[in-house]
This record gives sequence, C-alpha cells and structure tokens, in this order.
Amino acid sequence: MYARVSLSWLLPPILALSACAYAPSPLHPASAHADDLRWLWWVLFAIAAAVLVAVTFLLIWAVLRTPSPSEERQEHPFGTRLVWVGGVIIPLLILAFVFALSIARMAGSGGSQTDLTIEVIGHQWWWEVRYPQNNVTTANEIHLPVGRRAQIRVTSADVIHGFWVPQLQGKIDAIPGQTNTIELEAAEAGSYRGECLVFCALQHANMNFLVIAEPPDEFGRWLSHQAEAPSPPSNPETLSGQQIFLRSACSSCHTVAGTSAGGTAGPNLTHLASRRQLAAGTIPNTPEALGNWVVDPQSAKPGNRMPNESITGPDLHALLAYLESLK
Amino acid sequence: MTALDSGLTLPPARPVSGSRAPAWWGMLCLIATEATLFVLLIFSYFYLRWGSPNWPPQGTPRPEFTVIIPATVLLLGSSAPVMWAETAIRRGRQNVLRLGLSVAWLMAAVFVILELWEWSHLGFGPQSSQYASIFFTITGLHLAHVSIALLMSAYIQLRASRGHFDAQHFLAVENVALYWHFVDVVWIFVFATVYISPYVT
Amino acid sequence: MATVTAAERLARTWETPADFVSSLFTVDHKAIGRRYLLTAFFFFLVGGVEALLLRIQLFRPGAGFLGPHTYDQIFTMHGVTMLFLFATPIIIGAFGNFMIPLMIGARDMAFPRLNALSYWAFLFAGVLMYGSLIVGSPPNASWFSYAPLTSQTYVPGPNQDFWSWGLLFLTVSTTVSAINFIVTIFKFRCPGLSINRLSLFIWSEIATAFMILFSFPSLTAAIILLELERKWGFHIFDANAGGAPLLWQHLFWIFGHPIVYIWFIPATGVISSVIPVFAQRRMIGYIFVALASVSVAFLSFGVWAHHMFTVGLPLIALSFFSAASMMVSFPSGVQVFCWIATIFHGRSRLTTAYLYALAYIFVFVIGGISGVMTGSVPLDWQVHSTYFVVAHIHYVVAGTVLFALLAGVYYWTPKMFGRMLSERLGRLGFWLTFAGFNLAFFPMHAVGLLGMPRQIYTYASGLGWDSSNALETVGAFILALGILVVITDFLQALIAGPMAPDNPWNADTLEWAVSSPPPDYNFLRIPVLRSREPLWDQPELATINQPAHENQLADEPESNVTATPGPTESTRRQTMSTTVLDAEISETIEMPGDSYLPLLLAFGLLVVFSGLLPDLMFVEALVVATGLAICAVALFLWFWPAAEPTV
Repeated sequence: MYARVSLSWLLPPILALSACAYAPSPLHPASAHADDLRWLWWVLFAIAAAVLVAVTFLLIWAVLRTPSPSEERQEHPFGTRLVWVGGVIIPLLILAFVFALSIARMAGSGGSQTDLTIEVIGHQWWWEVRYPQNNVTTANEIHLPVGRRAQIRVTSADVIHGFWVPQLQGKIDAIPGQTNTIELEAAEAGSYRGECLVFCALQHANMNFLVIAEPPDEFGRWLSHQAEAPSPPSNPETLSGQQIFLRSACSSCHTVAGTSAGGTAGPNLTHLASRRQLAAGTIPNTPEALGNWVVDPQSAKPGNRMPNESITGPDLHALLAYLESLK
Repeated sequence: MTALDSGLTLPPARPVSGSRAPAWWGMLCLIATEATLFVLLIFSYFYLRWGSPNWPPQGTPRPEFTVIIPATVLLLGSSAPVMWAETAIRRGRQNVLRLGLSVAWLMAAVFVILELWEWSHLGFGPQSSQYASIFFTITGLHLAHVSIALLMSAYIQLRASRGHFDAQHFLAVENVALYWHFVDVVWIFVFATVYISPYVT
Repeated sequence: MATVTAAERLARTWETPADFVSSLFTVDHKAIGRRYLLTAFFFFLVGGVEALLLRIQLFRPGAGFLGPHTYDQIFTMHGVTMLFLFATPIIIGAFGNFMIPLMIGARDMAFPRLNALSYWAFLFAGVLMYGSLIVGSPPNASWFSYAPLTSQTYVPGPNQDFWSWGLLFLTVSTTVSAINFIVTIFKFRCPGLSINRLSLFIWSEIATAFMILFSFPSLTAAIILLELERKWGFHIFDANAGGAPLLWQHLFWIFGHPIVYIWFIPATGVISSVIPVFAQRRMIGYIFVALASVSVAFLSFGVWAHHMFTVGLPLIALSFFSAASMMVSFPSGVQVFCWIATIFHGRSRLTTAYLYALAYIFVFVIGGISGVMTGSVPLDWQVHSTYFVVAHIHYVVAGTVLFALLAGVYYWTPKMFGRMLSERLGRLGFWLTFAGFNLAFFPMHAVGLLGMPRQIYTYASGLGWDSSNALETVGAFILALGILVVITDFLQALIAGPMAPDNPWNADTLEWAVSSPPPDYNFLRIPVLRSREPLWDQPELATINQPAHENQLADEPESNVTATPGPTESTRRQTMSTTVLDAEISETIEMPGDSYLPLLLAFGLLVVFSGLLPDLMFVEALVVATGLAICAVALFLWFWPAAEPTV
C-alpha cells in the first residue's frame, strides 16, 4: 500500500519536468557550471531514490511479517545487523561520498581569470547593471558573450536580495555593504531568466531579470551601443515627449544619458527601447504594456516605488514615442 | 506496614539547600541560559569589530579606566561580603548575614552609579556608531543584571529582617548569592571585551 | 482501611476545585498539559487556515486573491504561528507536561507554579502576536525576519515589533518550561529509576530542554539588538552605519538550527514511545536511540551556517558547516533503523497511533534525504530559497511534528481525557492526512528544482510551475479535510466515547499504571522501579493506586515496589526527590498549591511587552512601568514563604 502511494506522487514532478520548453531551472543548464550542478543533483537523486525505496520496502516488510519463536524470546540478530549496517555503516559511507563529491564540485568553481567585469546592484525591486570598463549602466538585463567568462560583482543598495540565474550558475546573495563575486559563462546563445531569491518585501516576486548570451561580436556591438548616448529626438513628437519627460517627475528618478535627467532611484532608461522586458521582468516591452505601465505602475506591480503620473492624451503619446525612441 | 511496602520511607519534609534543593538546580539553569546570552553578545561585539576598518571608529576615543577600575573593584569585591553573609547564615549568624548583604548591596549600588556617570561622560551616545551601540548594549544589559541582583538582595534582606533565615533555612540566600557571583563573573568578561580588547590589536 | 483514608486525603490535598476561577489558578501538570494541547492545536488550525489562503492564491499563476501586502503578512504569520505557537509548545507542553511526572513516578513537576506560568505566558504571547491584527500590522518580513529588511526604514510600522516582543515573551515561556523539565527529570524520579532506565520519551525531553536553554539566548540577543536599532536608533545591522547585516543571520540561525531539533526531538520521543507498544516488544538499540537524542542536541549547535551557504562565506567555513550538517543527520538515521529493527522483530498491531508512527518514519526519511541534499554546498547554491527547501522544511518539521502529534493523540488521549477514540474515524483521518500531506508537499521538490523561489505572492505562467502548484493546493485541502476528521473523532470521543481503562494498549511505561485520567495526586504510593519497561516486568505496579487489602497480602512477592507515605504526606502537597544518577531517595519536597501568581506574572509581562509596542514615549514608559510593577508584586509574593500548610 505504501509503495503504491509513494509512486503516484512521482507523477506530478515527472509531468512538471516534461513541461514547457522555457523552464528557468537548474535542470536545463546552459553553462558548464550549471551542468556540473545538474549532474550533482541527479547523482544525489539516484542515491536518495535508492535509500527511500529501500527504507520503504524494509518498513513495509517489517510491519507485515510475523516474528518467529526465537524472536518471541527476545533474540534479534537481524535487527542488530540492520541497525549497524543500515543505520551506521551505509549512512556513513553515503554521507562521506556526498560530502566528498560536494567539496570537489565546490572547490572547482570559480577563481579563474577573466577580463569582463559586470557590477550588479540589487534595489527594491529592480536590478542595476553596470559595465564599469565601458561606462555602461543599464537595468534588468545582462548581456554576455557566449563562451567567455564574466565576473559578476553583486551588492545591494538597500536590503538583501538574491542573484540567481538557474540555468547558468548557483545563486549568491546581494548584501548591502558587501560585494559578493560569482562567475557566469554561457555555453550557448540564448536568453536566461534570472530571479531574486531573498525575500525583499512587496515585489520580491517581480524582481526578475534576463541574461542574454550572444556571439562575441554581437555582444561587442551591444556594449558599445549601450555606451553611446541616444541621438537627440528627430521629430516634433519625440522632442515634445522628451520635454515632458524632463519636466515631469520622471527625471528625478531616472537617467537618460545626454539629457539632464540624472535620477538614480529608478532604472537607467538610456536604451529602454532595446530591452525585452519592463519592470524587472514583470511585463513585456511592448508599446501597449509600456503605456499601461507609465499610466498606472501600481496595477502591474502593486507597492513598487514608481508613482502614478497623471499624463494623458497627446502628452502621453508624445512621452511614449520618446521612450520608444530610446533604442 | 504491608508486604507491598519496600521498607523505604520518605523522610519527613525538611529544609533543603544546595543540590538537594530543586530551586538551586533551577537557579543554575537560569544562570546557564543568561550566561549564554552574554556569550552571544560578546560574539556580536567581535563580529562587528572584525567587520570595521577602525575600532573604535575615527573620532571615538578608546575606553578610559579612571572610573571603571574602581567600579570594577567594588563590583568584584562585593562577592566577598556576599560569601561571608552566606557562610554566616549557615552557622545561624543573622547579624553577619544582614551586614554582609548590606555592604555588598552598597558596593554594587555604587558600581551602578559610577557606570551611569561614565555613560553620561563618554562623549558619545549609542546612536553615534556601531561601536557605541554595541558598547552600550553590552554594558547596559550587564547593568540591568546588576540591578536585578540588587532587587533580589533587597528582597532577601527584607526577609532576613523578618527572621526567615537560620542555620537550616537559607536556600534563598544561597540562590541569590549564586546569581550575584554570576553577575560578577560576567563583568570580568564584559570588562575584558569592552574595555581591554580595543587596546589589543 | 488506613490506606483508603490516605487516598481520600491525598485526593483532597491535590485537587483543584471545579469552578472556573479555581481552574485558572491550577498548577496541576495534567490540567496544564491538556490546556497546552488544546491551545497549541488551536494555533495549528489558525496557521492551517493561513496556509490554505496562501495555497488558494498560488493555485493559479497571476491570481488576484491576495495582493502582496496581505500575502506577505499571511505567509509570515503562517510561519510564526506554526513554528512558535504550535511546533515549539505542542509536544513538550502537552505530552511533556502531562507524561513526565507520571513516567517518573512523581506527583507533579518540580516547579508547578512555573509550569502554570509557562502556559499563561505562551497563551498571552500568542494573544500579543495576534493582537497585531487588531491594528492591521501583523508581522510581514518572513518568520526569520532578515535585517536590514526589518529595520525601521523598510518596516516603519509596528509589524516587526509585534514579532520581536511576541517572541521574547514566548522565550520566557519556553525557557521556564525547559528549566522545569531539567530539574524534574534530574531530581524527581522515583527510586530505582536510574538514568539507564529512563524512557526514550524522557531522554528526548531532557535533550530538548538543554537545547532550549542554550539556543533561545541567541534569539533573545538578536531581538534585543534589532529593537534597540528600531526603537532607539542603535546601529547594529545597518551597513550604512558600519553595522553588519549578516550578524542578524548568524545570531538568528545559531538559535534557528537548534530550534528545528527542539521541534523534532520531542516528536521522536513520541514515536519511540508508540512503536514498542504496538510492535509489542522492547526497543532494539535503546542506548542508540537515547544517545541519538543527546548527540543531535550537541551537534545541532554546530551547523547553523548551512542556512547561509549563499551569503559569501569563505570556502573553509562552507566546508566545515557542510560536514557538520552531514554529521547531524547521522544519529537520526541510526534512530530510524532502531525503530525499523524493533518493528521487524515485533508483532505489529495496526492501530491509528501506530499508523501515524509509520507515516512519521516515511516522511522523516524523505525530509532527511532532502536535508542531506541541501547540506551539499554546490547543490544548495541551486536549491536554496526555492520551493525545494519549502518541501524539505515541511517534510522534516510539519510532517514529523504533525504525525507525531497525531500518534501521541491517538495513543495518549485515553490517558489524558479518559476516553477511547474511534479506530474507524482514526483510519479515515489518517489516510486523508497522509495522502493530503504528500500531495501538498512532494511536488514542491519538483517545482523548486524548476526554479520557483519561495515567499513569492504570485508567479508567471509558462515557467512549468502551474500544474505542481495546483496539485499542492488540492493536497493542502485534502490534508485539511483529514484534520477535520481527526477533530471530529476527538470531539465525539470526549462527548460520547467509551471510557478508557488504565492500560488499553498493554503499554510498558509508568503512566499506564494509574487510572485514565489519573487521580490528581498521580500515585497513591511512589513506585520503586527495577526495569526500563516497568509495566511489562513489574506487573504488581498495575495495582499501585489500589488500596492494599488483606487478600492481596498473601500473594504478593517480597519485591520492593512502593515507598510508604511519610507522616504528613497526605495533608500537604509533597513528593519525593532522588539522587541524579542512581535515583536513590533523597528528600521529601514540599510543593506549592494552586496560585493566582503565575497568571498575574504572565499578565504583568503582557503589559510590559504591549507597552513596548507603540511609539509614544510617555505612554510607553507608563505602561511598561505598570507592567514591571505587576511583575514585581507577583514575584515578591511568589518567593515569600507560605505561612500555613497548603490545604
């Protein structure tokens, strides 16, 4: 009875595992680091499954059998052996093996030389991303050259956050007053979801980011473009939009390079239109979503720090046209 | 007596002290848990210290000894009259009990006054830095324990004045003495941590 | 004839009058144990409703049932309620309090008034914590409340202060309980109950009591530092002012790891009580099981940083804590195999209590395995703070405490309440809770491995998390249904269940020698023990509360089985103390009678902690001073010697 019960509970995870193609999980690695960790997981899982099956079998057998006369006389040689072998020797061997395997994996992670440094600063509830060697500041999106190791220096501007890209690497905490370092290296091109993994209050659930791994020359072009200020508005609508942006509260929290907007409380918007998502992975970067966001940020992400600005009609159109021009 | 009887008879209830008294064990347990609290605060002190580039931070002077040395002498010294008091009451000498407790009480009370005086003349408050905060926290918690010891001592002095204690009945004195010595021993560690360790690089 | 009169006199000496006010002042460990059971179980139900609300919200991606404000409050309160108001007090408070004096042949705990205080403080701490709902500010920063999120900057309202003062209040309750257990078990055992004859339940309680004494101060230190920072602007965890955010995590987890064993070890004590009875043989590996409790208690203090594997600790620290975490699982594994060996060589009677014990072993093995996995540092770097950990904690804490509680309820309700529960309803409840529990929590392993973080109020669809979450919600409701069946069984038994005999299970420990429920004085005569399983080896103990009469005399062997009451034993509350190692007679100890002082002291503490909540200095000072005055009065009277004998 117990065997039947225990097997049926394996169905949900099997179903889940075979689910959709986009699963930002350690079980779908895209880097050597994450691949090692997945391998480690399956080895431990195999041991775990064997142990669980063995113990369940023993338990059921123990319950169902009837004792012999010698057992009625309180003799229990099998029981003694069971305790020593099953309770002492085998666990010690398994624990030692798991520990050794883990230490080997742990010691083999990180510490290699790299010439690409990226700084990530956690905020409530978005990620500031900087490429200090190129004077680039962006938000919620990290680009990496495929096959090249980057050192990520992680910290926080307010409370503790957790920086995690499951398909590429284990996680590291973003702690104020402290810089933690982790390495990311994508083995194949793609976009990989990142999440915040330390509870940081209201919008912890919507503090996601993307790591986009691309061929090195594409990465180079992206990086140099990010370092440039956007060209000045080229038509009356975007010019009007820029003026609205600069005179309203937007510029007190956001920065757009090449303008007087220098606020740092919110994400840098210099190349906003080139990003794939908005509001730290909460909504896609489409004109409609951007429009809804600007008008009512609290609706998509209640509790976040961006106030509702009452900009409507042609002013709103102009502002959105300007923002969409920030490619 | 029936055959069910073991031949073991409960002794009549009589006054107990030391390891024969449940309350004595209770006091030891209380001391164990309170001591652990101080261990952890001292750990916190060193954790903050090792995370700070300068200790004390720039602009904060290192602790001075002018006031705290006499205060320490008084506090640690107060264990002696407490011990005399306890020894005396085990021999039934009520007057020495009350004298010893009073003298110890005064010594510890002066410690409290000196410590409060020192706090007000430090030149910094607990909000000025992490060093200041942990300084005031540890010394303050210890001060609270001294105050509790003073209250406990006042209580048993009151009971002593009513003639509650004699050569057989002195468990409360014994337990208060235990607590008193505990508070003194804790001060040794607090003193070493807060006053001496900043001078040790 | 003399002993009939003695029984009546003992009954009068130890009874609590039946009116409501007198019942508030009782110090009887049995009444207190029953109260703990009902109160802690009530909090379990509250925490369970909170869980169901969370699961409704997580049933679908992007649900709008609970917004982030409310969700954060509910998941925090779920954790706080389940862990501090249920898991911490339930087994030690209910079964520990009720059974320990009975198992050791004593008339009450060492400090009966302290026992009553621990209950009232627990109740009032829960009231204080839930009082936060009245002002709309329940704690909302997760049950482990990481700094600097919990500073005044990020939690400006009193939410966090309710957490702090509620837990400090609860610490008082738990600490005095631990002191009571230690002194009672050390000093109040009946003659012959030497250390090597202690029941495994008692071993688990003593190990737990020591863990409490040495772990709770770390929580106290953390709370003091947090509140000094919040209320008075101290700088401890604030990185901008030279503080150390990680200090909070160290202090919290130095407490937070032993606390998980404080939840878990008493549960193992219940299982160690139940298995020999229903497998109908003595425990195989008694020494191992006893030592397992003790060694886990020690080792539990050396693993705390395994909650911090992702904060950037140096490699050497990671290795040490990983190794220690592997080691700490080892004694529990030995324990499991001792249980299995005992079952193997026994003849199992599949009562409901036994079924829960078997379920316990199953869920604990799963939880222990996932624990070893998270103890592997690199794997933890992937699964930390995901639903994989949520699965692990629910298997090792919720599964073990809940199933041990239900095993204990089905085993000991006859003794505690004098009624037999229904095996039919029991089995129905068992299968529903077991199925619901596994359906609710097993899929969490998978969804965590698919990247789902914990403590999120919603999630996007298309990440592969949807079906698991839906299943978990269904499982949670099935579990809730099972609990309802258990409650129904309990209520119907109290109302109309069959009366329970002294020893319905033919169990071995001493509490089964007396009536169900026991008389107020527990034992007419203090027993003298010669065995680890007294009722199996000393059958004459079954008549210990029956007055001796002429017919019995001729048949009784010359064995030493009881001690004669002393001259004043029947008119004053007294019990026997013995030496620590060999349990030889030491003293007759006077015990206090019923008293209003524990309730008064607990109330004074409630006033003090409530007073620390608001931000109005003058009001605060006044209320706190009043509370301290009440406490001072209570303590003054408490330690003032009683003028007359307590009858």
